[in-house]
Amino acid sequence: MASETAAVEARGLRYSYPGKRKSGPTRPALAGLDFDVPAGSIFGFLGPNGGGKTTLFRILATLARPESGTVRMFGADLATQAREVRRRLGVVFQSPSLDVQLSVRENLVHQGHLYGLSGRELEGRIAAALERFGLAERREQRTKELSGGLRRRVEIAKALLHDPRLLLLDEPSTGLDPGARRDLRETLESLRAAGVTVLLTTHFMEEGDRCDRLVLLDRGTIVAEGAPAALKEEIGGDVVTLTGPDPEGLARDLATRFPGPAPEVREGAVRIERERAHELVARLAEAFPGRIDAVTVARPTLEDVFLHRTGRAFEDREEPRG
Amino acid sequence: MILPVFTLWRRELTRFFRQPSRIAGAVATPLLFWLLMGSGLSGSFRLPGGPAGLNYFGFFFPGTIVLVLLFAAIFSNISVIEDRHEGFLQGVLVAPVSRTALVMGKVLGGATLAWLQGVVFLALAPVSGVHLTAASALAAAGVLALLAVTLTALGFFFAWKLDSVQGFHAIMNVVLLPMWLLSGAFFPVNGAPLWLSALMRANPLTYGVAALREVLYGPAASQGSGLPGVAVSLGIAAVLGLVCLAASLAATRGGRVD
Repeated sequence: MASETAAVEARGLRYSYPGKRKSGPTRPALAGLDFDVPAGSIFGFLGPNGGGKTTLFRILATLARPESGTVRMFGADLATQAREVRRRLGVVFQSPSLDVQLSVRENLVHQGHLYGLSGRELEGRIAAALERFGLAERREQRTKELSGGLRRRVEIAKALLHDPRLLLLDEPSTGLDPGARRDLRETLESLRAAGVTVLLTTHFMEEGDRCDRLVLLDRGTIVAEGAPAALKEEIGGDVVTLTGPDPEGLARDLATRFPGPAPEVREGAVRIERERAHELVARLAEAFPGRIDAVTVARPTLEDVFLHRTGRAFEDREEPRG
Repeated sequence: MILPVFTLWRRELTRFFRQPSRIAGAVATPLLFWLLMGSGLSGSFRLPGGPAGLNYFGFFFPGTIVLVLLFAAIFSNISVIEDRHEGFLQGVLVAPVSRTALVMGKVLGGATLAWLQGVVFLALAPVSGVHLTAASALAAAGVLALLAVTLTALGFFFAWKLDSVQGFHAIMNVVLLPMWLLSGAFFPVNGAPLWLSALMRANPLTYGVAALREVLYGPAASQGSGLPGVAVSLGIAAVLGLVCLAASLAATRGGRVD
């Protein structure tokens, strides 16, 4: 699989919701996004809820049309060649898309028929999918009787039945226990190894960390893009967090006595980004006796990248699927 | 095109037969209605200008079958709203399936169920004193198929546009049931006041009911009703069916995708 070609090319993607919301001015859900998803990679859209991920997912899934801008998937235009795109695209929704009245096998047969598969070909694929996802014994069970983790497996088996070149997942880790998350990660990695491009939305930092490339979305704009490690490197060194009785005063004095990137006060703690922070810690303790209660030194996280780029914490206060 | 239609059609049937309450509800309600109304009124009502011996029981029979179809069509289309809410529909919408196949699969599925219920009901005709020949039974089954598709497509159109089952019930009460009441199923066109009979003549379903009645009882059944013969009635019913299908198709092609 040639990794030169982009699996997805988005240019100037805009989308606004009709002005129904009473609170606050209407803001675009997506304010002109440009991005390329390299083929054969695991690519993530990380952002707080309400950041535009769900809207972007719906556009990429061919469920919503952008107000303006274009998306090409393996060269096919989403607006004019939806049928081509849909053949190459597997979609795993956050909300279930299984028919709970039907058995696991019946759901897969239905899916196969929708994608033009039938007969022995379909039977073979279903048998392989059931085997791969450990669902063989659940074959004839109605999906309403399955646990959440098992249902998610059926969803993924269903989305992969027609061998899509790109798998699109909306918040795939949400609602999964740690074991199921590990299974999911292994599945995604084996898909990448088989040349499938994986595109997912998430608001979990850990999930973002495991992507090859990442777009940080906030308020409908891209605030950062790159490999997670590279994004974190732009934070100069480590992140030091100090707590004490007077964080504002401490931050002011820090800025004058230890020149460098400006300290920030957030939720009662002072936060600075420095290289070789472990050396700094000893000097800080000497410089401000009695003014520091606790010091933590940490490698920068994607949360720090988000904070660095937007000046706001990666908070998650809006209700899900907002 | 055929495979997706087939699989969507089969799913409607599978779901129906896995929910016995749906079967019971769709057949029992009109059956009761027919028995109670028909036997209560049969002594005091004669079809003006109709053939001798056709009492209200007999008059009401075709209308009741249409009511069975209407109920079945309404119930099966609730699944359109459920599919949307439960998330099943999104999986179909992202598949490389045309909206035409989606509409045809859902409508044919619902129409098959409606038709089956209508045919079961038709089989009760001899028990209730309605004489059927093999030819009239076959012809009636054909008309039922046409009406089943028409009513299911009409229900689909409303169900696609609506967000809630409650809203769909409102449409049922305000549009679908009055449409049935004013179709000549309940009382004949020529006995009604002028404004009402004008409404009934404007109601396309009237011609479907008239065609069914004529197929069951012969041309005499619509004599003096001022309605056209069976050929014209069937033609009008077929046009209504096509209009309903086209409206459903147009609805799914519109901007609404969520």
